[in-house]
Amino acid sequence: MTTATGYNFAYLDEQTKRMIRRAILKAVAIPGYQVPFGSREMPLPYGWGTGGIQVTASVIGSADVLKVIDQGADDTTNAVSIRRFFARTAGVATTRRTTEATIIQTRHRIPETPLREGQILVYQVPIPEPLRWLEPRESETRKMHALADYGVMHVKLYEDIARHGRIATSYDYPVLVNDRYLMRPSPIPKFDNPKMHMNPALQLFGAGREKRIYAVPPYTKVVSLDFEDHPFEVQRWDDCCALCGAADSYLDEVITDDRGGRIFVCSDSDYCTGRIGP
Amino acid sequence: MTLSPGFDQPVADGQAVFRGALDALARPGSVVALTALPPAPAPLLPAAAALVLALADVDTPLWLDPILLSEAVLGYLRFHCGCPIVAQPSQAVFAVVAEPATMPPLHCFALGDDEYPDRSTTLILQLPALEGGPEVSLAGPGNALARRIAPAGLPAGFWAMARDNHALFPRGVDLLLVAGGSLLALPRSSRVEG
Repeated sequence: MTTATGYNFAYLDEQTKRMIRRAILKAVAIPGYQVPFGSREMPLPYGWGTGGIQVTASVIGSADVLKVIDQGADDTTNAVSIRRFFARTAGVATTRRTTEATIIQTRHRIPETPLREGQILVYQVPIPEPLRWLEPRESETRKMHALADYGVMHVKLYEDIARHGRIATSYDYPVLVNDRYLMRPSPIPKFDNPKMHMNPALQLFGAGREKRIYAVPPYTKVVSLDFEDHPFEVQRWDDCCALCGAADSYLDEVITDDRGGRIFVCSDSDYCTGRIGP
Repeated sequence: MTLSPGFDQPVADGQAVFRGALDALARPGSVVALTALPPAPAPLLPAAAALVLALADVDTPLWLDPILLSEAVLGYLRFHCGCPIVAQPSQAVFAVVAEPATMPPLHCFALGDDEYPDRSTTLILQLPALEGGPEVSLAGPGNALARRIAPAGLPAGFWAMARDNHALFPRGVDLLLVAGGSLLALPRSSRVEG
């Protein structure tokens, strides 16, 4: 693909990149804390990954190999257009293989293939503030983070148990990072939460509309909130992937006809393809 | 007076130096070699100059210790970064220390506050070497096991200050120790042991 002319490398201007880079460095030094940054208007609407794109644009170099996934798949609209955006504005190599990528930008999944040291996982985040639906005022949630006063989130999870008999939150499940900050892991299924804990890769989170960047450094403690008598647990399926037979991956339900036929397939398309073989 | 040039390739070199700093902060205590080093006027080390050129600009007040307040260094930074030079360490977003022996205590720099701990100084400390000094180990985010480090040339009482800095978490300063063309990070999240 030809590289677009008339743009700086990776689209953003250098002063914007420096500002975002400073925010990223502070985010890494204070794991789980949301660093405010001057989010820029991007050539796609808020909600399509503008935060993740700005983080990737500030981190990426010409030697990087970029993978982009949307709900685990490399071939969905959002993933294809973001991958093409960086191929055109930065001229970087792209891949669908988790193992080949140095930077993986993701919307709502962590790859099934374990990440390694040196890789960077960039999450697209719609709402960065874990307490936002419980307390709408930024001035108050900021104080709650300053005081590490997270009781209200435990009350919310308790009310789930009182109403449904179990914690009903199944995605964007709140975590405590490095025993200090309550953090929203972005709308990944809670199936993926355990992968964040002590992950060898660097995890960066960008929220464009909300203008926040936060991070989980490699080998950092990430604990999903729970109760002694209602421990955290992840989704389980009775089925295996209908394509590759995987019993250990996150499955999407696919309707196959109008008579109630359905199959379950891996959400991570690279993992599934790799298991089926070339 | 001639002015030393900045980065050979401003876009690519700035990105490479940032990635070096990111890598160092993500794995505190590991020594990261910077690949792009600008020629800098002494006593500013090339590695320190690279970090300032890559990260500082008109939005980031910079504090320099007295030995760096020469016309050559000031002219270089004004031209390449345009960053305001401030007199008080507590006003600085970045600070460069060429003589750690006489540096102000860490708590004199901006520590951020409980609501905005990110509004804190990043210190760049120039050292003779990142190895061969008294050994301590770092634990915490970024290191699966405690990592042993031994930077040379730090003032007496430095590690006690670093422990106090960690105790302030989430407030505190973050340190980038440089020597030659390499760098080692000591973020506030790292616990100093031994």
